[in-house]
Amino acid sequence: MNIYVCIKQVPDTETKIKLNADSSGIDLAGIKWIMSTYDEFAVEEALRLRDKNPGSTVTVLSAGPARVVDSIRTALAMGADNGIHIDLPETADNNMAAKALAGALKKETKIDIVFTGKEALDDGAAQVSQLIAEYLDAACATVVLGTEYSGSSVKVRREVEGGAIEVIEAPFPVVVAAQKGLNEPRYASLPNIMKAKKKEVKALKAADVGISDSDQKLRFKNFQLPPPKQAGKKIAGDPAAQAKELARLLHEEAKVV
Amino acid sequence: MAKVFVIAEHRDGRLKKSTFELLGASAAAGNETHAILLGDGVAELAKELAHYGAQKVHLIQDAALKLYSSEAYTKAITPVLKSASPDIVLASHTPTGRDFMPRVAARLGVGLASDCTQLAFEGSKIKARRPVYAGKATVEVEFLGAGPQLATVRANALGAPKPDTSRTAEILNVTADLSGLKTKVIEVVKGASGRPDVTEASIVVSGGRSLKSADNFKMIEEMADVLGAAVGASRAAVDAGYRPHRDQVGQTGKVVSPALYIACGISGAIQHLAGMRTSKVIVAINTDAEAPIFQVADYGVVGDIFAVVPALTQELKKLKEH
Ligand SMILES: Cc1cc2nc3c(=O)[nH]c(=O)nc-3n(C[C@H](O)[C@H](O)[C@H](O)COP(=O)(O)OP(=O)(O)OC[C@H]3O[C@@H](n4cnc5c(N)ncnc54)[C@H](O)[C@@H]3O)c2cc1C
Repeated sequence: MNIYVCIKQVPDTETKIKLNADSSGIDLAGIKWIMSTYDEFAVEEALRLRDKNPGSTVTVLSAGPARVVDSIRTALAMGADNGIHIDLPETADNNMAAKALAGALKKETKIDIVFTGKEALDDGAAQVSQLIAEYLDAACATVVLGTEYSGSSVKVRREVEGGAIEVIEAPFPVVVAAQKGLNEPRYASLPNIMKAKKKEVKALKAADVGISDSDQKLRFKNFQLPPPKQAGKKIAGDPAAQAKELARLLHEEAKVV
Repeated sequence: MAKVFVIAEHRDGRLKKSTFELLGASAAAGNETHAILLGDGVAELAKELAHYGAQKVHLIQDAALKLYSSEAYTKAITPVLKSASPDIVLASHTPTGRDFMPRVAARLGVGLASDCTQLAFEGSKIKARRPVYAGKATVEVEFLGAGPQLATVRANALGAPKPDTSRTAEILNVTADLSGLKTKVIEVVKGASGRPDVTEASIVVSGGRSLKSADNFKMIEEMADVLGAAVGASRAAVDAGYRPHRDQVGQTGKVVSPALYIACGISGAIQHLAGMRTSKVIVAINTDAEAPIFQVADYGVVGDIFAVVPALTQELKKLKEH
């Protein structure tokens, strides 16, 4: 089986976000970069599927500036076989990234399944998996909690709202976007980290995968930090008095109950 | 004035409140407001879309639309948009809207601003703002190139409009070619609770690790039921097995924006705040006066949840009975 995983590198969740001088973006200095959390479930799922199907390979792709190669290496250290980096500018939007990833995938001889995370932790847009599926004319299943493979198709359980689960069946090639709970991602072992350093990561330019400036459809501008919150009211007294006063304030002042 | 299309969303025979928000906002801005309603045997719902501001309802009914699927929705919606050439297309950033809208955007060759928390109409354009880095910053979204502007909007971001039951809409029946679908929806297994979804509820009551057991969450559920609220949880509570992951609020859980968020025994770690800081009113109940949750709380109670939560539930019950 030819298994692919598309991953994104994002700032660590503890990162304090600062804006650059003209508010056209964030200050990139001092950011600790990690593989987006949901992508770890995607990598793990790919590795498990490979190990159940001897002769399969797992190739990890990421589109972005040179720094993202570090996250490809993290996936290689988890056990992926090959890496592909597509060089895109820092400001590339979801459409450009998805089209670049699909473009790189189209160069492969055969694609059975492509895993992604259900969304990236930085922009939280949840677009790239569906866009890749569109550009590959492949099936797609998002927010996937469970998988059952059979030869050339997969039955997935996807999370919808209110705790409901939708069961859908999709033929290969298919893009599957992983939700937390799909599996328990492994840690990279030290020997594997060493081995990953030697694995080759293929480098592609935007033009190699048919990307031009017009593939960028959105630009984020005018960045703002959330306004500082006014100090809230502290409610004193014993629990009964606190409860009574809080209920009154929610009703009369905030008018939310 | 803009020509605005809203993709209506419904589940179990009822339209979503978030659909009404979109229609209401568009109509209030004086736009030519259309709705696209998809399903099987859903014609009745068109009336209610009109009450909230739809002037025209494009009704697509097909057995293949009985259960939602992103592929069938995309295939049915795209031709309607291509022939009508709207300026703006809106859907809610719900599990459904966020699933199919990117595919529609790809087929129209345009960009999609997802999860917008602010949206204003300016002539034939929208001005949209959305959070990035889990709410640590917000950005304005600029659309590049030609074609309609597509956006998904976070539930509760625009505020609930009032229906006007005297309004009616023109119904346009549309047939869709839904042959050759790749994916097959086998079944939808319903969730057990009758409570609203945490991402759509107007009130969310959340509990943390301090609840100490799944059983103790009953006191959170009791308050939620008095308020018609959803139950949320911190990751620590989820990791401890007190609640399912679908209830987790935060950076690796759900992002919520209710009118009222009540955090019970939650410390307010940065990853939790990422999921709830845009809530309109935040209440924190915590024994530790220094807990970071108090920095974002509008109302803070320094106290023990095991004493304050049941007392508060009783007080709220009294309010509701009046
Ligand atoms: C990559 C990453 C992603 C994460 N994603 C999320 C996420 O999506 N959502 C999330 O919530 N967390 C997330 N976290 C975890 C987060 O950092 C915190 O660990 C977590 O939110 C803590 O949960 P808590 O507040 O319930 O527990 P604690 O931090 O243990 O806090 C318990 C609080 O309860 C108070 N307390 C104790 N007893 C009582 C009592 N009887 N009455 C009143 N108050 C009491 C304490 O004072 C304390 O403030 C993430 C972490 C990482 C690294």
